[in-house]
Formats: sequence, C-alpha cells, structure tokens
Amino acid sequence: MRNPTAPLQTGRRAPLPERQGSAAARVGAGAATPGGAVFVLVAVLVVAIIVANPNFGDPGALIRFAGRTAPIAIAAMGQYFVIVSGEFDLSMGAVVTTQVVMAGNLIGQDESRIAPVMALMLLVGTAIGVVNGLVTTLLKVPSFIVTLGMMLALSGLVRYLTGGAATGNPVDAFRQIGRGGIEDVPVVDIIPYPLIILTVLAVLAVLLMRRPYGRSLIAAGDNPEAAHLSGVSLWWLKTRAFVLSSLAATIAGIILVGYAGVHPSVGQGYEFTAITAVVLGGVLLGGGRGWVLSAAAGAFSLELLFVLLTSLGVPSTWRDTVQGLIIIVAVAAASRAWQVGRRPRRTAQAPHPEPTASSTPTPDPGTTTGEK
Amino acid sequence: MRRRTIRAALASAAALVVLTACSTDDSLDEPDAVDSAATEGGEATPTEETEASEEFFVQADFDSQDEQRSATFEGDEAEPWLQYIDGEMTDTSEFESEGGGKKACFANASISNPWRQTGWITMNQQLEVMIENGVLSEMETRDAQDDDNTQLADIDYFISEGNCDAFIISPNSTAALTPAVERACETGKPVVVFDRGVQTDCATTFIHPIGGYAWGIDTANFLVENLEEGDKVVALRILPGVDVLETRWAAAEKIFEENGIDAVDYFTGADPTEIKKIISDELVQGDVQGVWMDAGDGAVAAIEAFEDAGVDYPVMTGEDEMSFLRKWEETGLTGLAPVYSNFQWRTPLLALEKIFAGEEVPAEWVLPQVPITEDERADFLAANDGMPDGHYAKFGGEDLPGYPQVWQDRVIP
Repeated sequence: MRNPTAPLQTGRRAPLPERQGSAAARVGAGAATPGGAVFVLVAVLVVAIIVANPNFGDPGALIRFAGRTAPIAIAAMGQYFVIVSGEFDLSMGAVVTTQVVMAGNLIGQDESRIAPVMALMLLVGTAIGVVNGLVTTLLKVPSFIVTLGMMLALSGLVRYLTGGAATGNPVDAFRQIGRGGIEDVPVVDIIPYPLIILTVLAVLAVLLMRRPYGRSLIAAGDNPEAAHLSGVSLWWLKTRAFVLSSLAATIAGIILVGYAGVHPSVGQGYEFTAITAVVLGGVLLGGGRGWVLSAAAGAFSLELLFVLLTSLGVPSTWRDTVQGLIIIVAVAAASRAWQVGRRPRRTAQAPHPEPTASSTPTPDPGTTTGEK
Repeated sequence: MRRRTIRAALASAAALVVLTACSTDDSLDEPDAVDSAATEGGEATPTEETEASEEFFVQADFDSQDEQRSATFEGDEAEPWLQYIDGEMTDTSEFESEGGGKKACFANASISNPWRQTGWITMNQQLEVMIENGVLSEMETRDAQDDDNTQLADIDYFISEGNCDAFIISPNSTAALTPAVERACETGKPVVVFDRGVQTDCATTFIHPIGGYAWGIDTANFLVENLEEGDKVVALRILPGVDVLETRWAAAEKIFEENGIDAVDYFTGADPTEIKKIISDELVQGDVQGVWMDAGDGAVAAIEAFEDAGVDYPVMTGEDEMSFLRKWEETGLTGLAPVYSNFQWRTPLLALEKIFAGEEVPAEWVLPQVPITEDERADFLAANDGMPDGHYAKFGGEDLPGYPQVWQDRVIP
C-alpha cells in the first residue's frame, strides 16, 4: 500500500482485506459512491435523451457528441488535479481564451507555424501553471485569489490584444485537430480527433493517479499536514497539479480553436464548467476524495443535461434556471452521499475485521474509488 | 463580464450556482449595435412599459420602421452617411463659429465587437480629415468598456474638466445614460448622440440607421420567401434584454409566426462553441432548414456545424461582416446579409462640421440601412478584397485617407 494516509487509520481499526466481495459486488459498491454514481447518471441521461429524441441514439450522433464534449472533459480532468489536492484553478477559462487568441493571431494562414506556435502555447500554459502553483504554495496566497488574479491578468491581456472582438481563424490544417477525425469508420462514421486525444489523456491521467504522485496528491488534499509529515514536498506537488491544469486548458484551447474558431468569448466560463463537472463527478471540493475519470464523466453528464433540456424543448429563457436547479440538486446529493455513504460503511465494517491477516491494508473506501 | 464572473465566483466557491450565473451572464461582449427603437422620435418612451409587459414589441415602431425601409432619403446616394429621412430639423445657428479648431469629446460605449472596431477605425480616419480642414483641433475619447458607470463618469469628466467644445456620445445603454446626456446638453454646447439612443431629445442630433425592426423584417421576410410553411428555423441571438437586439428578434418572430415557420431561439453570447453545439443538437433533433441571426458574429461557426454534420446548408441571414460574406460565397448557400450601417460612425463628426457652420441638421438623423443580397455580394467582396474577417462591407470609408491600408491592418487606434 502506497497511500501515505493509511498509517493514520490503522490505529483505529484492524487491517481490511484488500478486496471485498466479487467483482460485480465491487462495481455495485463503486456505483453507490458519488464518484461511481456519475457514470450511472451519464447512462440515465443518455437513455432519457434517446427517449426524448431517438435520433440521438444513432452511433454517429453519439460519437460527435462525445467529440465535442472532449475539451470540457479534458479541462475537467485538469481541474481535478488541482481540486483533489485541495486547491482551485479559476484561471482555466482565461487560459483557454488566451491560447485560442494566441493561436489565431500567431498561426494565421501559415501552416509552417503550427508546430512552433503549439510548442509556444504549451510553454505558456506551463508557465502560467508554475506561477499559479508557486504563488499559492510558496507565498501562501490562497489559490482562489491567485488564480482569480491570473484570470484577470490574462483577460486583460486578451482584451489588449484583441480589443475584445474576434479575429480571423487560423489555417484549416491546424483547425483539423479540433474539427476533423478519422473518417469512413464503420458504424460510427467518424472518430473525432478530440475524442482520441481525450482517451489518451484519460489513460495517462489514470496511470498518473496510480503512481506515487497521484497518491500523494490525494493525501495532500485530504490532510496536508499529514502528507507533509510523511515527507511529501507539498509545494512541488501542488505546483505540478497547477501545471497539469493549465496544460489541460491549453489542450482544450487547441481543440476549441478547431471546433469553434477564434473568438474572445471561447473559453469564457470554462473554469466554472470544469469545477461543476468535477463536483458532479463526486470529487470533494476541498480535496482528498475522488477519481479522475469521474471528473471526465461529470463533464459528460453536465453536457448531456444541457442536451436533454434542448431535446425537451425547454424555452431558452428558462434553460439557465433549470440547469442551475438541477446542478444544485445533483451536487447537494453528491456531497451528502460522501457523508452518508461513509458512515454506515464504517460501522458495518467494524464487525468484519477479524479476517484474513493481510499485511497490506486497504485505505478507506472513500479513497478506494480512486484505485479501482 | 469579468467583474460579474468574479463576483459570482466569490459568492459561490461551490461553483454551482455560478454555472448558471455565467451562462446567463449578459452584456459585456456586447452585440453589434443597439439603437433605440424604444426612443423613436426622441421621446422618452416605452422602455418601462415594454419591460413591464416583457414584450419588446411595439406595433407603432414596427410599422414606422417598416415604412422607413422604403423611404426616400435626402442627399447623395454615393454618400449614404450623410443621407437622412426628411423630418424635423434642428436649428444650429447659435453654434455657428468662424474660428474652427474645436475640441470634440467622444464618450464611447466600447470597442468590444468587430462592428464597433470597424466603425472606430473609420471614425478616426474621418477625424484626420476634420483636423486637416481645420474644423476640429482634436478629439478626446474615453472608452467605457461596456460599463454604464464608467461612461457616466467619462461624460461628467468631459463636462467638468474636458474643456470640450462639443460632445459625441455613443451610449452604452438607454436608460442609464439619459441623465448624463442631459447634463451634457445643459452645458449649452452641441451634443451628438449616435448608435444607441437615450430617453431625451435634448441632443442636437441623434444619428442611427433605421433600426432593429427593419432588420427583423428584412431577414424574416427573406427566410419566409425561401422556405416552406412548417420549416424549422434556428434563431441565434447574442443576449437578452438589449432593446435593439430584442426588436430585431421581436419583428422576425412575429413574421415567422404569421407565416407558419417553426422558429426556435437560443442565446449564444456570440460564442462560436455555443453556436456550434446548438446547431449540432438541433440537427440531431431533426432537419433545420433555416438559420436566423441577430448579429453576424459567429455566422461561420453556424455554417460549419452544418458541414460537420454532413447535411445540406440552410437558408441563412448573417450580417455584412466579411467572414460571413466570404463563407456565404464559398458555400453557395441561399443567404442574405442584413446591414446595421457601419458608416454611421463617420456621421457624428460630419454633423459637427455642419453644426459649427450653423447649418441645420436633422433632429433625428435616420441613415439608410439596406441589406446586401446575393446579387450584390460579389461587388462588396471585390470592393473589400484584402480586408480582414472582422471588417464590415458597408463601412463607408473608401474616400477617406489611409484607405484601404488602415482597414486592412486593422490596428485599433
């Protein structure tokens, strides 16, 4: 067991078996946690939309939907790293906008500039993350404030560069990243590149969360003091989380330039969409609980919700209200589930503990959702 | 917009309510242009009433703008920025002055959309002419960045410390800016209001194109002519609550209803991501035969959504922005480019020239507003060859110094 929080728990109860119950039972138990329930929510929403609008069940329509949701899911995964470590990244939307405007202005119609400008974009993304991270951790400014400041600084920069209005789109070859896909695929017709990018990044994110870095990050979010005492370098840990977040925003930006084109409103509100998606995915605000793929699933459920409202023909004037209410309810339910879901389990496990003297304790069920 | 977002953020770390807050977030990436259909005739009219009834539709304004579409305009057709509909004139003999070298003070709402940016460039080139011919010595400009309070402060600064000989005001919003315009009038110096209006007729002249209803009538009639009864039209609207955008939609909606067109409207914030999502979802729902826009910003994204879904192009109305005109030609779709005459940005300075010469000017200076049809498109594309995507075809600056380079470089002054 590599989770540094585990030692804290051993004093209170005997070691638990590494696995409980059959695979099916464990999937069921996982689905009962907020981080798992979001996958159920996604399924329910997909079914609901198909009932309201059978055309949505067409594989081609589904995959296009998945493709266009990819940048939001990528941003949500980036935001997850920051939130699970107990911080916030409010600069995300501004980073997306900055990158979109940069791509528009610097690439223009010149294909040979694509590679260098993309490298520059990633560099800028990294730099923003480093600044966010270092100011938060070393100068001890709350991340809320740091990233808020960063958001304003970047928005001002964009406003200065563009005057607040759209500029021309960059060359089509660059936009293919966000707009194109592998064509003539049987059944689904097209596999959008953004979906492929999302899949690759999701695999990488899961692997990263299984490595010591990921475990330490969750530990730092759960109890920074304990993580610090166990030898984790908090500033470096969290700085890397901020870098991952702004890199995710950069990639989302690259995709969005392709998908939508250059406009200073692209990316606006992305930070809140990402945070909402993360919370809908059952990740605890304040850190320490949650699974990275649940954050991505949260993004999908959020977008599905919007599609459902459209399918049901909710008038445009009411749409925002309905969205707001549903989101509050969903998140309230999720946050209660973390508390309610944990308490009975703890008492229920108490009688069990005699068994199998496994020397590797499993962490608290809450955190195990991150390791299934 | 930013300020709102921040406040929302602070209010809700949980970030939930916020999501709604930002999607409803309005205004600041303001739409094109807002005139003041509600203040037609300069009277302090029905904003309250219309808001109370939650209807932005005033039949009388609809009718008068409908008529104005075919009205005869006084003046030279080659200089539409000086044309006007015959009506009440303001006597400006009290402002007549031999000296020249006046200082103009311009309180601008913002330059935060391509329409305003194009107009702002044109205005600066016109200013060069005015300075050269000695009418003006300089123009001091304050940009309110879409903020009523900032613009109120700007105008008060001009009144008390600006040392201004004349005021040009492009109001950010109708009701909020009314008192400031009145204060400017009280100085006894000429006041020129253009684009969006205010609820007072104290200004020397109020310059604007015909208005939102005319836009709605032109566009909706075009779609009705080119579609069948029962066809689906997706209406993409920038944001709610801005009177001129609302009147564009109010007029169009009425005509769609009368002709059995199934129109559904969405707010996009001019965000191309939103636009693309909306169209994609609608295309999954069923066929979409028409697209109506209350401003052309984002038209390309809407067209691309049809391409991405691999379906036929819709019948569409955009705006005279170059990006739309080019995409329109490239795709060959059936379309119309309504115009909210960008050349009106020249008129305020030319009006000052007349005012200081003691020539009378129209009290309400209604400029022509003529859409670009498919037949005329090629001419406008050729005339604006090399202009950037955010440029507006009817910018009306061809005879100004710096043409075409200044508009091609599009460096915001």
